[in-house]
Amino acid sequence: MNPTDVSNPEYFHKVVDCQYACPAHTPVPEYIRLIAQQRYTEAYMINWESNVFPGVLGRTCDRPCEPACRRGRVDEEPVAICRLKRVAADNKESIADLLPEIPTQKNGKRIACIGGGPASLTVARDLMPLGYSIDIYDNQRAAGGMMRSQIPSFRLPETVLNEEVNVILDMGVTTFLETEVTSMASILEKDYDAVFVGTGAPRGKLLNLPGLEEAGSAVHVGIDWLANVAFGHTEQVAKKVIVLGGGNTAMDCCRTAKRLGGEDVRIVVRSPYADMKASPWEKEDAQHEGIPFYDNHTPKEFVVEDGKLKGMLFEKVEAVYDESGKRSLVPTGEDWVFMEADTVLMAIGQENAFPWVERDLGIDFDQWEMPKLNKVSFQSTRPNVFFGGDAAFGPENVITAVAQGHQAAVSIDLFCQGKNLLQRPDPHTNLVSTKMGVHEWSYDNAVETDDRYIVPLVDLDKALSDRKVEVELGFDRDTGFKEAERCLNCDVQTVFDEARCIECDACVDICPTDCITFTTNEEDEAVLRTKLTGPSHNLTTDLYVSQALPTARVMVKDEDICLHCGLCAERCPTTAWDMQKYFYSVSKAGQAA
Amino acid sequence: MSYQIPKFRHPELPKNELGYTKADYEGAISTLCAGCGHDSISGAIIKAVHELSIEPHKIAKLSGIGCSSKSPTYFLGKSHGFNSVHGRMPSVVTGAAMANRDLLYLGVSGDGDTASIGLGQYGHAARRNLNMVYIVMNNGCYGLTKGQDSATADEGSISKKGEPNPFGSIDLPAVALQLGATFVARSFSGDKEQLVPLIKAAMSHRGFALIDVVSPCVTFNNTAGSTKSYEYTREHMEATGTVDFVPMHEEITTKYDPGKTRDVTMHDGSVVRLKKVDDSFDPFDRMSAMVALEKSRQSGQILTGLLYMDKHSRDLHEALATSKRPLNELTETELCPGSKVLEQINQSLR
Ligand SMILES: Cc1cc2nc3c(=O)[nH]c(=O)nc-3n(C[C@H](O)[C@H](O)[C@H](O)COP(=O)(O)OP(=O)(O)OC[C@H]3O[C@@H](n4cnc5c(N)ncnc54)[C@H](O)[C@@H]3O)c2cc1C
Ligand SMILES: Cc1ncc(C[n+]2csc(CCOP(=O)(O)OP(=O)(O)O)c2C)c(N)n1
Ligand code: SF4
Ligand code: SF4
Ligand code: SF4
Ligand SMILES: [Mg+2]
Repeated sequence: MNPTDVSNPEYFHKVVDCQYACPAHTPVPEYIRLIAQQRYTEAYMINWESNVFPGVLGRTCDRPCEPACRRGRVDEEPVAICRLKRVAADNKESIADLLPEIPTQKNGKRIACIGGGPASLTVARDLMPLGYSIDIYDNQRAAGGMMRSQIPSFRLPETVLNEEVNVILDMGVTTFLETEVTSMASILEKDYDAVFVGTGAPRGKLLNLPGLEEAGSAVHVGIDWLANVAFGHTEQVAKKVIVLGGGNTAMDCCRTAKRLGGEDVRIVVRSPYADMKASPWEKEDAQHEGIPFYDNHTPKEFVVEDGKLKGMLFEKVEAVYDESGKRSLVPTGEDWVFMEADTVLMAIGQENAFPWVERDLGIDFDQWEMPKLNKVSFQSTRPNVFFGGDAAFGPENVITAVAQGHQAAVSIDLFCQGKNLLQRPDPHTNLVSTKMGVHEWSYDNAVETDDRYIVPLVDLDKALSDRKVEVELGFDRDTGFKEAERCLNCDVQTVFDEARCIECDACVDICPTDCITFTTNEEDEAVLRTKLTGPSHNLTTDLYVSQALPTARVMVKDEDICLHCGLCAERCPTTAWDMQKYFYSVSKAGQAA
Repeated sequence: MSYQIPKFRHPELPKNELGYTKADYEGAISTLCAGCGHDSISGAIIKAVHELSIEPHKIAKLSGIGCSSKSPTYFLGKSHGFNSVHGRMPSVVTGAAMANRDLLYLGVSGDGDTASIGLGQYGHAARRNLNMVYIVMNNGCYGLTKGQDSATADEGSISKKGEPNPFGSIDLPAVALQLGATFVARSFSGDKEQLVPLIKAAMSHRGFALIDVVSPCVTFNNTAGSTKSYEYTREHMEATGTVDFVPMHEEITTKYDPGKTRDVTMHDGSVVRLKKVDDSFDPFDRMSAMVALEKSRQSGQILTGLLYMDKHSRDLHEALATSKRPLNELTETELCPGSKVLEQINQSLR
């Protein structure tokens, strides 16, 4: 193999598994270390720069970083990255002085953001400090999008949401709330320099089963119902509630129903339990609140008597997988199952809807009625119109909306300056030695063996009595410290200098996880992997290959399960290994290319 | 500075026949200088013992004094250990072996511990064919006492002190051959491919098995003028051939050119396969080994690999007809057989 080019900023970035997996590439280990040092405000600001809503995300993020976390490859469970973010948010001091200054002299460019969710708010957050004037249009009573209308207060208190939304609005954004945009043409007429569409995926799917019409108002679209609860239009629910669906929306529906008076609240889902779309922790939380799951049940019919919903009929199915692993749900042939219900909440998915975008404006849509976009710049086929968040490629999550908002802001800024949208600014990187003395490092290189700490919960009775009581109490500072210490510091890179190596094998001998090998090189990566000290099967992580050494061998390090413990560097007599801290941050709008 | 090795290990570490991974044969974190050859030898011992599937409690590690003699702390943490007095490891092994022949005795020593203060003990252990593996971690200096030239430092070799060594060196394999050792090998800490099978073969040998391992001292004797540095050793190493160790239960499938390859079945049923570089060299002939050593020395090379093995080795237990059972397992009836037996003994002495 060719020697690894560690000057490529993406090489070491990929080693920081959590940061790499985060759509916004939040510098996770950096903020975790700051939490361990009780520097909560700094930890918060690192997050704020990358993901804009640390308090919200520290409670609700889909956390793609955690399945990626290196610790999960050597220990039972990954670092509680998401809940540590909340520790920073809970313990921070005032950030007023740390926020970017908003120029009083505007740059004369006006941008409209349609929709006031995290995507639009991120665009505003990035462009306001550059002197842009931003108008946000949203049909709800307050900005925040689905963070406000969908994520229930028992997971995300309104105060936390308001604080982080207001930081952006207070930059001087003009909001047009309770304003439904019904025509894109009317917006374009206002001569904005650019328009950002962040309207999300606002339409809930409805299953048109026999009896639906007769059931009338006893059947609700889950996301509409949740919005009504959030805005106080719905305050109670009947005793027997069936929630259809197995995703996170279904979990929020059933837990909300349980708090509004539902006594027999159940989840009924077509797929087997293991295949349910909801995140494992959301399923756990619902079960903890005593909500039963009926899996392998396909809804067939609403049973309505005398104009009143009585319940639903279900067909029992079984998951069968073909050779390619493709699943089909095959009826078992048993009698249909009847379940009683006064109310049914349908949480079977959301879709995009752009009836308000006229089709003669040069904004092209594909066969699925989704806008045709450049995947990098988020620009539509009409150059001054951009999309981001759930409106761009379908429903995802808050962190994806934020990441796309950042990229759309970069594009809008380049566009307004007449620059090439595909010449994106490089990431900011910094690689600096952590060496403090012969065997001293400026990071805590000892590897703690603690199991993952569990976030304490409020008393169950109390939680179920009021939909606004937050269920999770969050880590206290001590537990936060201990959890932070579980982080392996994957951003502290092992950097190899072949010119210094005397091939003494000391690093090979000490490495607790057998990452390092000195061997003859191979053209083929697969062959080289078979020659390594430790089994090397994780093809998603890279091999770090050196230049040829005096014995004509090369050093090969499998990045897969390196603990970043620094022992290789401690045992190296010639400092051929050094532990160097790598900081990587995605460039935002206005940061030089 | 780390005082502990992290607990986590590679999740797919191979297990041996006993179900143990390599980690089960590790010891405490080394306190030797970073880059010390001794640590690599420790690594090779761990690998060899793991692959041989020896139960840790069946091994006793014994050593004298020196950095090398400290190293047993850093491997086989679950085995027995005895850190004895400078140069006296062989007599402690002798005593232990006489008391309990069921353990595998692994002596670890340095060139100072063996060739200076311990030369007498070394010679007698070899001469008596004490059943043990004797590893010398040979760095040509007294590492622990700050790098004075040892008796294995070559004439003219210049350590960190800066002055050429005025004396000729003691060649430990040559001495062992001369005194009747039945397994003699030399290797290099930086060459585990050679060292690991040699350790395995030595552990399967019955009798005195010496492995002299050149093991650079990074702090005091890895200098440009030293003949025991990493660079010098790599440049001047030549090997008698390669050694493969085939455990007892594994079938030997591949065929080799019989002129160059010799299979030796050890007393435990395992096979040591030798692939010679030079046809004229015969590792079963003491004379041939001595000649090869001397030739190599004269040409300024370091001859490594298996130098000599006596297939019919008769160890000290056989020579003395020692108790087959460990003394601590003998019961009172065996230890005090009664007045009749005493009477017989007395009778025989009259
Ligand atoms: C029940 C539920 C729970 C969820 N829980 C989580 C979670 O825990 N964690 C997570 O990361 N994600 C969660 N999500 C997903 C997350 O809320 C969205 O992915 C995210 O909010 C998308 O952000 P956005 O800015 O693209 O759009 P949105 O947040 O959807 O905001 C779009 C805004 O535009 C408004 N709008 C739409 N059309 C118009 C129009 N024509 N005129 C004016 N205004 C308009 C909408 O009312 C809305 O206020 C959840 C979603 C649901 C449905
Ligand atoms: C009886 C006695 N004499 C002298 C010493 C001092 N001493 C300690 S270690 C050592 C030499 C060790 O050299 P070597 O065996 O080669 O070990 P190394 O440290 O080089 O591995 C000496 C002379 C001692 N400990 N005991
Ligand atoms: S151990 Fe820490 S730095 Fe490494 S992936 Fe997990 S959270 Fe990120
Ligand atoms: S930091 Fe070095 S010694 Fe520690 S696990 Fe990684 S490669 Fe091995
Ligand atoms: S410890 Fe240092 S000098 Fe020794 S092999 Fe490793 S990198 Fe090379
Ligand atoms: Mg020595």
